[in-house]
Amino acid sequence: MALLEVENLKVEFPTRKGVLTAVDSVSFSVEQGEILGVVGESGAGKSMTGAAVIGLLEPPGRIGGGQIRLDGKRIDNLPPSEMRKVRGRHIGAIFQDPLTSLNPLFTVGEQLVETIRTHLPMSAADARKRAIEWLAEVGIPAPDKRFDQYPHQFSGGMRQRVVIALALCAEPRLIIADEPTTALDVSVQAQIIALLKRVCRERNAAVILVTHDMGVIAETADRVAVMYAGRLAEIGPVAQVLQKPSHPYTAGLMGSIPRIGPRPDRLIQIEGSMPRLTDIPKGCAFNPRCPKVFANCHHNPARTAADRRWCGRLSALRRGDAMNAMPTSLKTADNRTLLSVKGLKKHFAMTKPFLNRLIEKEEPQSVKAVDGLDLDIPRGQTLSLVGESGCGKSTVARLIMGLSTPSGGNITFDGIDISRAPAGSPAAVRQRMQMIFQDPYASLNPRWRVRDIIAEPLRTYGLSGSREEERREVDRLLEFVGLNAKDGDKFPHEFSGGQRQRISIARAISTKPEFLVCDEPTSALDVSVQAQILNLMREMQRELGLTYLFISHDLAVVNFMSDWIGVMYLGRLVEVAPAAELFNNPQHPYTRLLLDTIPDLGMSKRDRTPAAGEVPNPISPPPGCHFNPRCPLANDRCRSEAPVLRAYANGGRVSCHAAEEGRGPAIVPAGMEHSTQTAP
Amino acid sequence: MSDTSFTGRLRSFADSDLFYSFRRSKTTVIASIALALLVFLAVFAPVISPHNPFDIAGLNLLDSELPPSWQEGGNPAYLLGTDTQARDVLSSLLYGLRISLLVGFASVILAAVLGVFLGLVGGFVGGIADAIIMRIADVLLSFPAILVALLINGVMRGILPANQQDSAAIVVLVLSIGLTNWVQYARTVRGSTLVERQREYVQAARTIGVGPLRIMLTHIMPNVLGPVLVLATINLGMAVLTEATLSFLGVGMPATQPSLGTLIRVGNEYLFSGIWWVVIFPSATLAVLVLAVNLIGDWLRDALNPKLR
Amino acid sequence: MFVFLVRRLFQAVMVMLAVAFIAFLMFRYLGDPVNNIVSQDATQEQREEVRQRLHLDDPMIMQYGRFVANAAQGDFGMSYRNSRPVSALLAERLPATAELVLVAALLSLVLGIPLGIYTALKPRGILSQGLQILSLIGISLPTFVTGILLILIFSVWLGWLPSFGRGEVIDIGWWSTGFLTLSGIKALILPSFMLCLFQLTLIMRLVRAEMMEVLRADYIKFAKARGLRNKTIHFRHALKNTLIPVVTIFGLQLGGLIAFAIITETVFQWPGMGALFIQAVNFTDVPVMAAYLVMVSLIFVIINTSVDLLYNVIDPRLRADPTRASGRGA
Repeated sequence: MALLEVENLKVEFPTRKGVLTAVDSVSFSVEQGEILGVVGESGAGKSMTGAAVIGLLEPPGRIGGGQIRLDGKRIDNLPPSEMRKVRGRHIGAIFQDPLTSLNPLFTVGEQLVETIRTHLPMSAADARKRAIEWLAEVGIPAPDKRFDQYPHQFSGGMRQRVVIALALCAEPRLIIADEPTTALDVSVQAQIIALLKRVCRERNAAVILVTHDMGVIAETADRVAVMYAGRLAEIGPVAQVLQKPSHPYTAGLMGSIPRIGPRPDRLIQIEGSMPRLTDIPKGCAFNPRCPKVFANCHHNPARTAADRRWCGRLSALRRGDAMNAMPTSLKTADNRTLLSVKGLKKHFAMTKPFLNRLIEKEEPQSVKAVDGLDLDIPRGQTLSLVGESGCGKSTVARLIMGLSTPSGGNITFDGIDISRAPAGSPAAVRQRMQMIFQDPYASLNPRWRVRDIIAEPLRTYGLSGSREEERREVDRLLEFVGLNAKDGDKFPHEFSGGQRQRISIARAISTKPEFLVCDEPTSALDVSVQAQILNLMREMQRELGLTYLFISHDLAVVNFMSDWIGVMYLGRLVEVAPAAELFNNPQHPYTRLLLDTIPDLGMSKRDRTPAAGEVPNPISPPPGCHFNPRCPLANDRCRSEAPVLRAYANGGRVSCHAAEEGRGPAIVPAGMEHSTQTAP
Repeated sequence: MSDTSFTGRLRSFADSDLFYSFRRSKTTVIASIALALLVFLAVFAPVISPHNPFDIAGLNLLDSELPPSWQEGGNPAYLLGTDTQARDVLSSLLYGLRISLLVGFASVILAAVLGVFLGLVGGFVGGIADAIIMRIADVLLSFPAILVALLINGVMRGILPANQQDSAAIVVLVLSIGLTNWVQYARTVRGSTLVERQREYVQAARTIGVGPLRIMLTHIMPNVLGPVLVLATINLGMAVLTEATLSFLGVGMPATQPSLGTLIRVGNEYLFSGIWWVVIFPSATLAVLVLAVNLIGDWLRDALNPKLR
Repeated sequence: MFVFLVRRLFQAVMVMLAVAFIAFLMFRYLGDPVNNIVSQDATQEQREEVRQRLHLDDPMIMQYGRFVANAAQGDFGMSYRNSRPVSALLAERLPATAELVLVAALLSLVLGIPLGIYTALKPRGILSQGLQILSLIGISLPTFVTGILLILIFSVWLGWLPSFGRGEVIDIGWWSTGFLTLSGIKALILPSFMLCLFQLTLIMRLVRAEMMEVLRADYIKFAKARGLRNKTIHFRHALKNTLIPVVTIFGLQLGGLIAFAIITETVFQWPGMGALFIQAVNFTDVPVMAAYLVMVSLIFVIINTSVDLLYNVIDPRLRADPTRASGRGA
C-alpha cells in the first residue's frame, strides 16, 4: 500500500462570481521513501495541492471532493484536533521563505523543543538533547551554542536548515516541501536540496517537492507530476516525463527552458499564458495554447495524448510584417565598442549617527557595491553580467543609465563621456539608450493607460509629433511586441506578467534606441512566458541591430542571450569571456562554482558537490581576493593580495591568482561548511 | 473595462469589487444613508427648521422648558421641546449640526492638503526638509490630539482681542483641529512616497529624463492618494468629535452660535432640573453622526486593504 | 544598547527644551506679563519697575535660560487669576488626576486585552461581533456624552453615586487620597469608568487587529504545520508577538488618559490638573497653561522613553540592534 494516496482531489474557492475550482480531479500516490516532484507554472494549483494534503488550505479555500488517505486511512475529513496530531508527527511541511517561517521572538531551541515534546513523550532535558542533535544533523555549526540564539542571528540558508530540522524533528514519514529554495541564492539552493535529500533518504521519509524549477526536479525527484490550471497534465518517472514527455504542455515547457550547451536561435515557445481560474477552458484546459489541438480536446479532458511527434507549428513566427516597418539602419553589427566602462566604482557610505561614532569610535564604513569595473560592449552584441544577489550587477545598470552617480571611473557611450550626466541627459545620447526592468508589476505606472506609458519617452524627448502620428506610432509598437493596437487604451492591471513585460519593451524601443540595459527582464516570469520574451528580445536584436547589457542570475538564460559573459562577485568582475568559452573552459573558481549550481536537465545524475558557504556581508568583505573563504584553491597570497583582471588564453580575462599561477582546479572537499553568518 | 465614457466608468464601478463589498455590508449602507440624511439636514437647515433659534424677538418665554411634543405638557409646534430660553431644540440642533459638519469637513480638508503636501515634499525631497517635517510630526504625535488642539486653541485665543473671539471661533476651531491632524496624512504620504519613489516605473521615467517635479505630480501623487481617502474618512469622525469636545469644554463655539458640543454643554448645566431633552437630542445626533462616519471609514479601510480580504 | 540609551535620553532632553521654548514664548508674548501683574491704574514708573524686576528687557536667550532654570526648580511664577504660585496649585491638584488616571488605565488594560484577544480568536462568534459593534459605538460616542449619560442614570435617576467631586479624602503627607474612604471610592467609580471606556475600546480594537495580523503570519502557519496545539499557537506564539506592539500602545494610551482626564474632570467637576488647565485656557492664565504644558510633557516624555527602553528589553531583534527601534510598532 502506498504511504499517501490522493484520489480525485478537488479544491474550491467560493467567491462572489461563483465557486472557483483551483484543483480538479487530481490523483496520485506517494510511496514510502519516495520523492515526488510537483511542477507547474504559477497558478497551476501545485501549492494548493500540498496545502490540501496537510490540511492547511487558507480559508475560504476548501476541499470540494475526493479523498486523501495516509496509510489507507482517510485524513481529508478528520476533525481539526485529530488533523493537528497528524501534522508534524506524520506529515511535516517546509515553506518557501525561511525569513518568515520562524517566530522571531523564540530561540530556535525553544521552537525545536516544543515541537518535539508536542509529538513525542520526552522529558525536557531529552528533548533538548534531541534538538541539539537535529541542529548538528542539518549542518549548523556549534549547535549547542546556536540552540539559544534567535532566528535573526542566522543567515537565510542557515534558517532554512533550522526549518528543515523543525519539519523533521518529530520524525514524520512524509514531508511537503513547498518551493523550499526559491527564496535563496543559487549556491545556497543546491546545499539545501542536497541536505533535504540526504536527511529524508536516511530516514526513509517520503517528500512531495513542490517547485516551479524543472532543474531541481530533474536532480532530486524519483517521479514527477506536471500540473496545469489545477489539473494534472502528466505524471510518471522523472526520466520519462522530462525526456519523452507525452503531454504537449510538458513538451512545450521542457523546450522553453534555456539550457547550457550550443546556443539555439530560438527557444520553443508556447503561445499565450495560463488561464485565470475564472475562465478555465472546457475540455483539456490546455487546448487554446496547444499546437496539436483537435476537436476532441474541447470536450474531454484527455489523459495523455497518443501522438508523440514533435510539432513544428510551435515556433511559427507571426510578426514578420510589423518587423519590417521598424528602422533597420543599424542592422549590420560591427565590432566597434558602443559602450565602454573604465574603473567604475560605486561606494555607499554607511555613516552611523553622530552619537554612535562619538561613543563607539567607529570608522565610517562603506559598501563597495561596484569596485573598479572594466567592460567593453561591442555594437550589436550582448554582454551579460551574472552573479548572486548583492554582487553589484544591478548597480552597474543603474550607473550606466544615470540613475545613480559613480564614485569613480568613466562610462562612455559611442565615444561620449556620460559618467556624471544625470538620467535623461544629454537627451541626444540618452534617447539612444533605454532600460527594461525586472518586475513587470512595478515598472508600469498602475494609474496610466498603456498608450500614455509607451508614449512617455516620445513626449519627453519631443519626438511624438502630432497626436495622430503618436497614436499610429504607439499602435505600431504594440503590434511589434505582439500585442493588439486596441490594448493601448487599457490599464496595466488588465494584462498578464508576460504582456506587461511586452509593454515595457515597447516603451523601451519607442525612441528607436541602439542600446538596451535589461535588468533581470524575465526573472519574475514563468518559464513558458520567459521563452516568449527571450525570443522576442533575440528577434529585436537581429532585426534592429540592438546592443544589450543583459543582467541575470540564471546562467542558462544568459547562455541563450549572450555573446560575452561577465561574472561578478562582491562588486568585482572576476571573469569575463566569450559565452561559449566561459561555459566550456571556466577559469575562475567562482565561475566553476556557479556553473556547478546549474541543475542538470539531462538526467545524468552526476553527483554535484554543493557549493560551500554563502556570500559574505558586503560591508566587511574578506581581505585579498573576496572569494578566498569559499575557494578550494585559496592560499596565503589569495588571503592578502587582491588579484587583477588579466587576459587569458581563451580570449577572456580572469582575476585569480590560482589561474595565473596555474594551480589546477581541485574538487571542493565534501562537507565543507562555512558558518558565514550575516551580521546581526 | 476600458470604456472611457462616463457611463462606461459608472458601469465598471458598479461591477467593481469595491461596490460589491459595499452592497454586501448592510451596516455600511445604513450608515451611508444616515450620513447623507444628516448632511442634507445640515445643508438645508435654514429651510427645514421650523423656527429661527437666533431670532430673539420671536422667542416667547412662556414656551420655555417645554418637553418633547409626545410627552405630557409638550407642544406640537416644538417637536423636540424647548430649552430654558424657549428656543426650539430641533431648530438649534439643525443649526448646530450645520456648524459641526462645517468645522469637521473644513478641518479635514485643511489637514489633508497640508499633510499631503508636506508628506510629498518630505518623501520626495528628503534631506533637511524631511528631517524638520518629521521631527515636528514626531513631537506632535507623542501628544494626544485633543491636548494639542487645546493648546493651539488657547494660544490663538490669547492672540485675538477678546471682542473678536466669538466671531472668529469657527476659524480658530478649524485651524486648531486641522493643524493637529495633518501629521497622520504627512506620515502616510511620506511612507508611500518613499516606496513609490523606488518603484521601477519611477526609475523608468527617470531614465528618460522626466523632471523631478513632473515625476512627483504625474507619477507619484496619483499612487499615494488612495490611503489618504481612507484616512480622511476616519478623520472626519475624529474632527467632529474634537470640535464637539472643545465646544463642550467651553473653548469652542460660543453659545450665541452653538455647535452640537455647545448645545450639550449648555444643556448639561440644567441636567439636574430634569430637562433631559436639551442634552439627549444633540448628544444622540452627534453620536449617530460620528458612528456613521466611523462605520464607513472602517469599511473603506477593510475594503481597500487587500491583506484583510 | 548604551549608545541607544544615551541617544534616547538626548532626544528626551531636546523635546523638553523645545516644549519649554513654546511655554516660554507663550509666557512672554501672550498678552503683556506686566499688565497681568500691576493694577489697571498703575503709573508708567511702576510698570517700568515691574519690567525691570521681571528682566523683560534682557536678550531673549537669557530670558529663556532663566525660564528653563526656574522651571527646572518647579518655579513657574504666579497664576494671573488666583495670585498663588503655580507650582503649589499644580501640586495640590496632582493626586486627584493621578488616582483617576491610574484606576482608568488599570481598568482599560485588564478588560481591553482579554476582550481583544477573544474577538481576534473567534472573529465570527456572536459575542465577538456584538463586542465589535459595541466598541465602534464606544469610540464614536463622545466621552462627555458618556459621562452625562452616566450622571443622568446613576446620579439623577437612580441616585446611587455622586455626580461631582472626590468625596472624602485623607491626607498622607502632601498627597491626598480618595482610596481610603467609602465616599472617595464611590466618587471615583463613574469618572474612572467614563475615562477608561474610550481607551478600553481602543485597546480592544488594537489588540484584535494586531493579533489577527500576527495570526496570518507565516510563522503561525508553520507552527500549525508542525502540529502544535492551538493553545500553544494562540497563547504562546501569537500572544507574545501581539503584546510587544501593545506595550507601545499602552505608553501612548497613558498620555491619552491624562489628556482625556481634562474632559472627565470638567464633566464631574473633579478637582484635578485638567480642570485647572481648562480654567486657565478659558481665562488665558498663561503661567498655569505653560506650567501644565511643561509638566504633562515631562510625564509623556518619561513614559515614551521608558516604553522605548522596555521595548528593547523584550524584543530580541532590537536587543541585538537597537537602532532599529525607530520602526517600533511596525
